[in-house]
Amino acid sequence: MSGLVIRRAGPQMTVQDLGRPGFLAVGLSRGGAADRLALFEAAALLGDAPGNAALEMAGAGGTFEATGDLRIALTGAPMPATIEGRPVQWNASHTLAKGETLTIGAATGGVYGYLSVGGGIDTGTIMESRATHLAARIGAPVAAGDALPVGPDPTPSAPGLTLDPDDRFRGGSVRLVPGGQTEMFTAPERARFEATTFTRDLRGNRQGVRLAFEGGPFEAEGGRSVLSEIIVPGDVQMTGDGTPYVLLPECQTTGGYPRIGSVHPNDLARVAQAAPGTALTFNFVTREEALGHFRNEAQIFKSLSPQALVRDPHDIDDLLSYQLVSGATTGEDTGGEDDETTGGQP
Amino acid sequence: MADPVQILSQGANGVVIRFATKLSDAANRATIAFAASLLENSPVGMEECSPALASVYVRFDPGKTGYAEIAEDLRKRLEARDFFAANLPPNRTLWRVPTVFGGELAPGLEEAAVEAGLSVDDAVAALTAQSVRVLAIGYAPGQPYLGELPEAFDIPRLPDLIDVPKAAVVLAIRQLVIFANGSPTGWRHIGQTAFPLFQPDAETPITLNPGDEVLLEAVTQDQLEVSQAMPMGGATAEPLG
Repeated sequence: MSGLVIRRAGPQMTVQDLGRPGFLAVGLSRGGAADRLALFEAAALLGDAPGNAALEMAGAGGTFEATGDLRIALTGAPMPATIEGRPVQWNASHTLAKGETLTIGAATGGVYGYLSVGGGIDTGTIMESRATHLAARIGAPVAAGDALPVGPDPTPSAPGLTLDPDDRFRGGSVRLVPGGQTEMFTAPERARFEATTFTRDLRGNRQGVRLAFEGGPFEAEGGRSVLSEIIVPGDVQMTGDGTPYVLLPECQTTGGYPRIGSVHPNDLARVAQAAPGTALTFNFVTREEALGHFRNEAQIFKSLSPQALVRDPHDIDDLLSYQLVSGATTGEDTGGEDDETTGGQP
Repeated sequence: MADPVQILSQGANGVVIRFATKLSDAANRATIAFAASLLENSPVGMEECSPALASVYVRFDPGKTGYAEIAEDLRKRLEARDFFAANLPPNRTLWRVPTVFGGELAPGLEEAAVEAGLSVDDAVAALTAQSVRVLAIGYAPGQPYLGELPEAFDIPRLPDLIDVPKAAVVLAIRQLVIFANGSPTGWRHIGQTAFPLFQPDAETPITLNPGDEVLLEAVTQDQLEVSQAMPMGGATAEPLG
């Protein structure tokens, strides 16, 4: 069986898939990849069905060795990567032959990078998922020396592909949907919230991120006596000192801090991928507007259209056969895309 | 009597049905019964449903239903039946849980007793005299909100967070929580058990269900060490009639 041996691992590197929806009633949040879109992009690049488990790398990569011929995809926060010392493109799929070493460096923008493999990482499932849930103590971070099994690759000789990622690695404006506790904040407080430029604080993990800002605390009327209610990823809760936290996949499932609103599901990756110090602003949209713009994950996956990867000589043989079959145009230099992916980051 | 039930939007694809803004036995029973009824006969487009203390969350698929449609469906169900009059769920279990109160394993007991206006002995007697109900499972996997305790235990949360270990019993606002895993908390650490609440690898990962009862039984530190080696941390289950 093919596998991936971890020679060196950055901190908080975990196996993640799309998580465990459906266990809220027993107190378990969905978990899964902090940037779900990155897993859909990887599935598109590998030609796999979505849902396979991948390695989530928090801020820094590692060194990996293939124990069989593998295909890999690199998505999410861009990180410099080499195979046997040869630079390879991010947001692309590549072959990693048996015995070859893949080295991934620190993120040049964003937080969470993903190393996916054709066939998926095939660790055992717990409660219907392979996702490590650190807060719930399901699984643990991977460490040097670990050998991760990889499932059978349905298309082992498929050519390398690349895609233009949705740019979600430099913060920016995030849509906020009001909820049942929004009106505990007065209209002037809500307006101040929308007018404030927050920065993603150092304090943050897969449970949630703290938002730092200039100005007084955000106060909710009666905020200290809220009966605990449901909490889901994306909710923006105001802790006792009036500081907002955006909750992420491993958040608690109930809580009594007042919530000013919920991040639009399609914008949550932008928050998860905001590195410490990155600026974020919030603007309220109505639920109707939110649902009008809502794209479910199946639609998002369908809309991804990877292109042939022509830059990597490693893949040229496969690529030629692919182009003969598909009639795709040739000769397009993707160097520009590559620069765009990494060059614009701070 | 009871406030009108509120139907509230939660995020882009959720609904909260709030039976009360203050905890009461009737609102909690309504919450448990309404959630059970939704699982038995689900509204079109419902993807998940989860009861909290006095509210139920419903997540829906916007591709299958709109907010207005599912909210109307829920409203009709609430009109058709008085959920505040619902009985507790069937097949409940009573758990007897060996617990060390106070001492170095649970250093918050004395202060909690002072806040409650009781001696330590009287506080322990009050906390062990009768079982407490699982009002909801939440915050962390398998973790119960237990209550309600007598009025005297309506004591505030701590100003600062403390760290408590797995299976700690903490108290605030007339409720107890037994922690599924070690965690920071603003509640007072009054007891320590060895009761496993979440065992992800087990056939039944979650021990407690809403409506179950938990009776804390005072033991010594030595006895807890013995319990620790026993299945379920020495806790025993019996069906409630």
